[in-house]
Amino acid sequence: MAVETRVLDDDCVPISGWARTSPTLARVRRPRGSAEVAAALRAGDPRGALARGLGRAYGDAAQNAGGTVLDMTGLTRILAFDAAAGLVVCEAGVSLHRLMTALLPRGFFLPVTPATRYVTAGGAVATDVHGGNHPGAGSFARHVVALDLLTPDGEVRTAVPGTPLFDATTGGLGLTGIVLTVTLRLLRVETSLLSVDTERVRDLDELMARLAGPPPRRDADGAPPPYEIARIDPLARGAAMGRSVLVRARHAPYEALPRRHRARRAPLAFRPVRLPAPPPYVPGGPLGRTVLGLAGEFRHRAGPRRSTGRLRPLSAVLHPFDALPHGNRLYGPEGFVPYRCAVPYGQEEALCRIVRRIAARRFPALPAVLTRFGEAGPGWLSYPLPGWSLGLDLPTGLPGLAAFLDALDEEVLGAGGRVQLAADSRVRPDAVAAMFPRLADFRALRAALDPGAVLRSDLSRRLAL
Amino acid sequence: MKDAFGAPQSLLVLGGTSAIGLATARRLIARRTRTVLLAGRPSPALSAAAASLRPLGAQVRTVPFDALDTASHEERLGAVFAAGDVDLVLLAFGVLGDQARDESDPAAAVRVAQTNYTGAVSAGLVCAGALQAQGHGSLVVLSSVAAERARRADFIYGSSKAGLDVFAQGLGDALYGTGVHVMVVRPGPVRGGRAAEPFATTPEAVAGAIELGLRRRSETVWVPGALRVVGSALRHVPRPLFRRLPV
Ligand SMILES: Cc1cc2nc3c(=O)[nH]c(=O)nc-3n(C[C@H](O)[C@H](O)[C@H](O)COP(=O)(O)OP(=O)(O)OC[C@H]3O[C@@H](n4cnc5c(N)ncnc54)[C@H](O)[C@@H]3O)c2cc1C
Ligand SMILES: NC(=O)c1ccc[n+]([C@@H]2O[C@H](COP(=O)([O-])OP(=O)(O)OC[C@H]3O[C@@H](n4cnc5c(N)ncnc54)[C@H](OP(=O)(O)O)[C@@H]3O)[C@@H](O)[C@H]2O)c1
Repeated sequence: MAVETRVLDDDCVPISGWARTSPTLARVRRPRGSAEVAAALRAGDPRGALARGLGRAYGDAAQNAGGTVLDMTGLTRILAFDAAAGLVVCEAGVSLHRLMTALLPRGFFLPVTPATRYVTAGGAVATDVHGGNHPGAGSFARHVVALDLLTPDGEVRTAVPGTPLFDATTGGLGLTGIVLTVTLRLLRVETSLLSVDTERVRDLDELMARLAGPPPRRDADGAPPPYEIARIDPLARGAAMGRSVLVRARHAPYEALPRRHRARRAPLAFRPVRLPAPPPYVPGGPLGRTVLGLAGEFRHRAGPRRSTGRLRPLSAVLHPFDALPHGNRLYGPEGFVPYRCAVPYGQEEALCRIVRRIAARRFPALPAVLTRFGEAGPGWLSYPLPGWSLGLDLPTGLPGLAAFLDALDEEVLGAGGRVQLAADSRVRPDAVAAMFPRLADFRALRAALDPGAVLRSDLSRRLAL
Repeated sequence: MKDAFGAPQSLLVLGGTSAIGLATARRLIARRTRTVLLAGRPSPALSAAAASLRPLGAQVRTVPFDALDTASHEERLGAVFAAGDVDLVLLAFGVLGDQARDESDPAAAVRVAQTNYTGAVSAGLVCAGALQAQGHGSLVVLSSVAAERARRADFIYGSSKAGLDVFAQGLGDALYGTGVHVMVVRPGPVRGGRAAEPFATTPEAVAGAIELGLRRRSETVWVPGALRVVGSALRHVPRPLFRRLPV
């Protein structure tokens, strides 16, 4: 059999995830509407096709080596908005940033937002994103009323909650179909500010004690569920191991604004800060141990020991990294490896061991983020489970990192936890079935829906999803 | 697929009994490699090599492949890629020859040249095309320090490796931006176990350098690393002086 050589053209470009590891080549199509999406899928690339949003998935979830990638960011229409019902219908390529810009002035916000606004509605569904308000709000899928899904057979199906197709698609990493439109239930807000409580926490024991109570849920008075995020300094050691800053925030009602406050006049203004981006090429290692250690030290000491009720723009609290476009470049050409793991409640011992192991290595890294999850959503491959979620980004070049993360996986597996597939770029394939008990159902649904394996990604190849 | 650290899941070794090839396979099986294809001239040694890797936890198959039979490369290697993606191709075959004999036996010298250069050009191009079609993967080419500068003691071998080295560099540039990565590895003398000579190395050390180079997506790797400086320095030594150096 002779090798079939592909003729490269201008549409063939190397693609990687946000962490910029393992780039692969794909033919990128940028459809402008559903009809063009369907046509691109019908074209029948022998190496399959895959939808891609804004490429914020860290690993290889939105890559398809040698095949077709459908850049969905050309589908940008907001199709309908119903203020009375609090519903919006938008095309899959609309970014959450765009939705916020359009909806905040009208008194609505997204019920769930990941730590970046620059993700598409389709990507948010396909990775079933969560935010710091998970215990009360659940993940993205909980607020999706319906999806229009182009399935591999060329049909457009409407998937609604409670059906296997919906459960497989939310968190399904684009492998069950291409999301064309999303109908989303919105959150009513009175201001674009959050009322923020910040606490400095001395060490890991104190942090666990602070977080020991029942996770914050929707308040009795019907106020939106609060956000809760702990940032652990990964370079603190000895007695300070696990020292962190605990942030709790809730949407500020209009009454809560002080009399003279600027925001009284424009309570719903949305003007997030954007700094200039770093240059495209940054040599490896500016984020060294010294710089990050000092930054961590500074952050910890400069922050107030305790402050309550500070009013802050919600973008500054919920999407801190969005202020620096292309922040991923700071890791240099080798990129970074995100580690996102969840362990169930009752397995705090394992969680502490993981934090301790990380601290012992004194990795030069930005703070690790610890949040709590509430009830799991319906998504078969969704990340959240009732428990704790820990996230940390590490430069790829750290010596022994691959084996170290494998060892953390063992802790996570032993505790009945899992890693986040949308962030993964390295987990051992045979660990995935144990982490996601519904994987067999997912595979069976795909086999039935997509016998020719039309939809494929590098992630699906690597982990045999 | 390779993971974030460049660790491949499937590996094709051209020159399936090569000491460096097998050391690399062992190292990568300890990471993520689960499929290994050992391509080489069928022999008990090739079967034994496959058998030695299986207990480590990989599926190992042998593929008949003769570097000198370039007419068969397209078909033989094409079949390998048709059966599934290959994340890493390790071009590890090569013969050292016997300089003293080869100088008086042109036919033997030609065999060295054809194996190391012609055979590698043919197999390299076939694999490069297949890797490009799958949109990902690495081609690691084992060159040698001997390729850096002609030496009295091994210039027949050295010239064949120099040709291969330049070919692989050019191929790497041609494939830049296609998702396929080409890495040239230049080991010093490789000795099993003992490393008495300066800049001698072991198959295991070369394997380690390959693993690191995959992670960094390096284009050129010297083993040991210090050879990079020495090699570059030697390149600029004037010939009258170089002739007299004991290298
Ligand atoms: C700084 C930062 C912070 C983050 N914080 C969080 C967080 O707090 N919580 C969280 O859950 N995640 C978080 N993420 C991950 C990110 O939110 C998700 O990966 C998100 O899905 C990315 O959306 P995207 O539009 O960029 O999708 P892409 O990265 O382009 O694609 C992600 C997946 O979605 C699929 N997909 C995209 N569009 C469609 C479509 N139209 N139809 C079907 N499938 C589709 C792709 O095939 C791929 O599998 C963060 C990422 C970054 C970079
Ligand atoms: N050893 C060193 O000191 C050194 C130093 C620098 C670079 N290198 C290079 O590194 C590579 C691997 O070295 P090594 O020490 O691992 O080699 P090795 O153990 O000597 O093995 C050489 C391999 O090449 C194969 N081979 C030779 N002729 C072939 C042909 N016509 N068709 C197919 N396969 C053929 C051999 O297969 P058979 O079993 O069938 O013979 C064997 O598998 C070689 O390219 C070598 O030149 C070696």
